[in-house]
Amino acid sequence: MRREVKVMTLAALFVLLLAAAVSLRPFGGPVETGMDDHFILNGQGETGCNNMVTSVVFDYRGMDTLGEATVLFAAVTGILVVLGRERDD
Amino acid sequence: MTEGRSRIVRNVTCLLAVPVMVFGLYVVLHGHLTPGGGFAGGAVMATFIALFLVSFGKDIARRLDSGPFSVSESLALLAFIGLALLGIQVTFFNNFLANSGLLFGLTVPSGANPGFLGTGGVIPLMNLAVGLEVFSGLSLILIMMYRSGGGGDND
Repeated sequence: MRREVKVMTLAALFVLLLAAAVSLRPFGGPVETGMDDHFILNGQGETGCNNMVTSVVFDYRGMDTLGEATVLFAAVTGILVVLGRERDD
Repeated sequence: MTEGRSRIVRNVTCLLAVPVMVFGLYVVLHGHLTPGGGFAGGAVMATFIALFLVSFGKDIARRLDSGPFSVSESLALLAFIGLALLGIQVTFFNNFLANSGLLFGLTVPSGANPGFLGTGGVIPLMNLAVGLEVFSGLSLILIMMYRSGGGGDND
């Protein structure tokens, strides 16, 4: 009984992943190209920045970078809380 | 009490200080022109702190004051958020300095060009802030972990 459940689950997962792999969109063909085209055509002029990746990371998607910096800050704070107390020796 | 590595290693570390820090600053400052940016450049500069700690031993890690790193990390994150808030009259993270003729406000010519340092608007300033934050944060982690790490000093 238990073994049959395992086999059935694996088979279902296999079929699901196979269907997902078959129905993948071709590489490089997104559904909506409006935002990509806007970045490629106007990004350099709007941000004055030759590096498109940086202009996306720091300008168009600045909130993401703020989150990254905050994660780093939280990590440092956690390490200071854990390791910083045994200083009085 | 001579801790750390041999005299050769310590001297080479001192010689490497300038190239490593200059390369890290270069990666940070040219983040809007070449691959890299605040995170990568800050990590490069923090690598030197790791080299410094390893070659000079635990003694210097205990004597090194971690206060300035903490302060600069917090101030850099505040500067990053403040720069984002300065453009709040349009949106949060509005690039209000781009193409304005002010600091970093030169207009970049369209298409392929060699890259000009004075372009990018608020992006180079944010790169500097993030670079300082990553450098201070990683240095703080390294100092704290090296200071309280187990094991003997004489291995």
